[in-house]
Amino acid sequence: MSSRFHDRVARGIGRRVVRRVPAWLRLAVFALLLGAPIVAAADARTLRVCADPDNLPFSDRAEAGFENRIARLVAVELQATLSYEWQPQRRGFVRRTIGADLCDVVIGVPSGFERLLTTRPYYRSAYAFVQPSSAGRLDSFDDPRLPSLRIGVQLVGNDLAATPPGYALARHGAIDHVVGYSVYGDGSAFGRMTSDLAAGHLDAAVLWGPQAGYFATRSDGHYHVALVRPPADVPQPFDFAISMGVRRDDRALQQELDRVIAQRAAEIAAILDEYGVPRLPLARAADSEAPR
Amino acid sequence: MRSKSHLFCTRNLALLALLAFIAGPVVGQLASDGEWPMAARDPANSRFSPLDQITTGNADRLRVAFTFPLGVERGQEAAPIVVGDTMYIVTPFPNYLYAIDLGKPEARLKWKFDPKADAGSQGVACCDVVNRGAAYADGRLFYNTLDAHTIAVDAASGRELWRTKLGEVGRGETMTMAPLVVRDKVLVGNSGGELGVRGWLTALDAAAGRIVWRAWSTGPDSDVLIGPNFKPPYPQDRGKDLGVTSWPGGAWKIGGGSVWGFVSYDATLDLLFYGTGNPGPWNPEQRPGTNQWTSGIFARRPDTGEAVWYYQWSPHDLHDYDGVNENVLVDLPIGGATRPVVLHPDRNGYMYVLDRATGRVLSADPFVPITTSTGVDLPSGRLVYNPQKEPRGGEVVRNICPASPGGKDWQPSAWSPRTRLLYVPHQNLCQDAETYQVSYIAGTPYVGADLKMVPGPGGHRGEFTAWDPVARRKAWAIKEDFPVWSGALATAGDVVFYGTMEGWFKAVDAKSGALLWQYRTSSGIIGQPVSYRGPDGKQYIAVLSGVGGWAGAIVSAGLDGRDAVAGGGFANAMKDLPRHTPKGGTLYVFALP
Repeated sequence: MSSRFHDRVARGIGRRVVRRVPAWLRLAVFALLLGAPIVAAADARTLRVCADPDNLPFSDRAEAGFENRIARLVAVELQATLSYEWQPQRRGFVRRTIGADLCDVVIGVPSGFERLLTTRPYYRSAYAFVQPSSAGRLDSFDDPRLPSLRIGVQLVGNDLAATPPGYALARHGAIDHVVGYSVYGDGSAFGRMTSDLAAGHLDAAVLWGPQAGYFATRSDGHYHVALVRPPADVPQPFDFAISMGVRRDDRALQQELDRVIAQRAAEIAAILDEYGVPRLPLARAADSEAPR
Repeated sequence: MRSKSHLFCTRNLALLALLAFIAGPVVGQLASDGEWPMAARDPANSRFSPLDQITTGNADRLRVAFTFPLGVERGQEAAPIVVGDTMYIVTPFPNYLYAIDLGKPEARLKWKFDPKADAGSQGVACCDVVNRGAAYADGRLFYNTLDAHTIAVDAASGRELWRTKLGEVGRGETMTMAPLVVRDKVLVGNSGGELGVRGWLTALDAAAGRIVWRAWSTGPDSDVLIGPNFKPPYPQDRGKDLGVTSWPGGAWKIGGGSVWGFVSYDATLDLLFYGTGNPGPWNPEQRPGTNQWTSGIFARRPDTGEAVWYYQWSPHDLHDYDGVNENVLVDLPIGGATRPVVLHPDRNGYMYVLDRATGRVLSADPFVPITTSTGVDLPSGRLVYNPQKEPRGGEVVRNICPASPGGKDWQPSAWSPRTRLLYVPHQNLCQDAETYQVSYIAGTPYVGADLKMVPGPGGHRGEFTAWDPVARRKAWAIKEDFPVWSGALATAGDVVFYGTMEGWFKAVDAKSGALLWQYRTSSGIIGQPVSYRGPDGKQYIAVLSGVGGWAGAIVSAGLDGRDAVAGGGFANAMKDLPRHTPKGGTLYVFALP
């Protein structure tokens, strides 16, 4: 009871510090620039992260995902204690987590994600074909083999929407053998897709880059990953820059995180490499703002 | 006649079971004129009360008789059930069931049943954590919980009699609909069409809760309970295993077609009628074909579930037009003869009149502005789509009417046999698939089909329409600022009732639509009004107040109105609702002084 109370007080102080004491912020930034340890008030600070408890390679409750690793790095930089609000990243995630004031930051969201204020991007990836290494390499939706292959695709289940590969497969005649994996089910869609791929129930899967890379990296070379070349007839982006997201009025935390991302870019890149996240150059015109 | 075993107040289960056995099949259909034993009052889904004390001449003197706080401030979509001197109410999640003693002053709580439903189901429900109410039969109440269970509760004691798990919350299945009891069977269906759920209607035996049959909405004929007696009126719905072959690959396995609306029953034909939800979760381009048996209506035998006929309102649905809206069973003079018909105001904007015995479309007329289709071709029964309004991923399509919630959503109509008009609560919304924005789910970035709903022609977002199905036109209509998301109630006093999302409860003249009386409740109204005779012999009108549902989630779930696509795009059209109503959860009961 008392420890929970203490925790809430500490969180309150932490947030007050972040939001309402720009003088402290300036001091903290100054200290960061000097590379000096932050003292005093910062001891009480908690970095409250919202994350999915079962969504590797991004995050899980054992904190084994690369977003968990990045969160730890950020917490160290901000001299904050790390705490998690665990909720499945499904419809209503933002509303039920940050929206309900249960946490302050989501480590990975697309840059320009309208529901949150997003930081500068820290990586860019793309959708990728994942196939057994023995198979002929697929990297284009124009490949004539496409309609006859059993291809797994994620279903986002949101008002007739599909992932960009979902549209591309349909427009290129890959319909009869495409297998959809709903967000809802036993374990993550990514987990079900990769186990079906491993069991030979699929010839290929189209996965978001970090998932594709993570799976292939752990396959001892049994699978290869090819970032897809966007087809001309699907007016959708196939690559996305990824940022951290905070409450839309939390400019102070956004700026702090921007600085951590800039200053710790090398460490972040090392973590992403460790998880095999295939990446594209960060810079692109109109940095993945809502595409029009 | 309905058994009165609930009055015996016995606690001896064995004796109850014996009585039920001796009494033969559970009937539970025929309400005395002062009761309201199921959501729509009768299996024809009329929502007509034969009580006539409240008239067009005295309705302006209605006043609050009593109120009752429900303890849950989410969207209250249920119909209060009244049997004998007791009212029963199901709340939104956590799905409490209350029994209120109407014989006591100020309506005292008799008992409260807490099903202890799985809290995880809240995160799965698409559109608020609503429940549409219970059904009473033979001393028992039957209702569904959000975590996909059906529960039978003893009406006298509030004790659980049985509970049956019907679906998997972890796979996106929830239950929100009100059951219908036919003879000894409880009919229930699932929700979750957007989430990769495969829809079904299931019959449970009322005595023990055992699953007797399950009719799937997709898949092989053996799953859909299609056999030699299936006679759909149009050739496009005939053929072997259309629930498989009208889909690519194995897409039918997660094809949607959930059954979350009201079920109706015609004892003369011995047929059940219910609609199926939209196909999903695939985007339309990835599921070419008619996607049987989604967005249509089935007629089935209650004893076996066997399909007798089927008609598809929206083949290969492109706009999230579920086919689950209520089917009101009436007999109409059409073409010089009295014909048994189904009246059905669909999401796609047409008011259908179907021959109840065959499923053939007798007429289909727009009751709202429609741009997504140009009409229903009567010889073939086909909906004629307008290709210019077809959604294509990443492309701009404006002025899609009606919007995804349709010309009308779940909110049920009422039929008055006196005026021969159908009273239809509905919305007037269009949508633009104009700007696309990045979305993110389970670690998967994509560009969301960003549907921004806007008021339809005229600028108002809702309407309460009296429809003459013989003349095939509106008799009158009342414009409302917000979608009319409450049910309708018709009475023999020629007074019709409905509620608004601002919280006004209104009585209007059934013949003219003239406003007779209105009362401001504490929150928006999206519930189903009912009428009953109290133990004191007076006529009462009851409705739940408490805004929410898909339309009202901006208030009940605290959605952000700046977020144009929150709440499936609905929040954009409802930005101003929080200024008009807070959350709520209160029963209001009205009577003459």
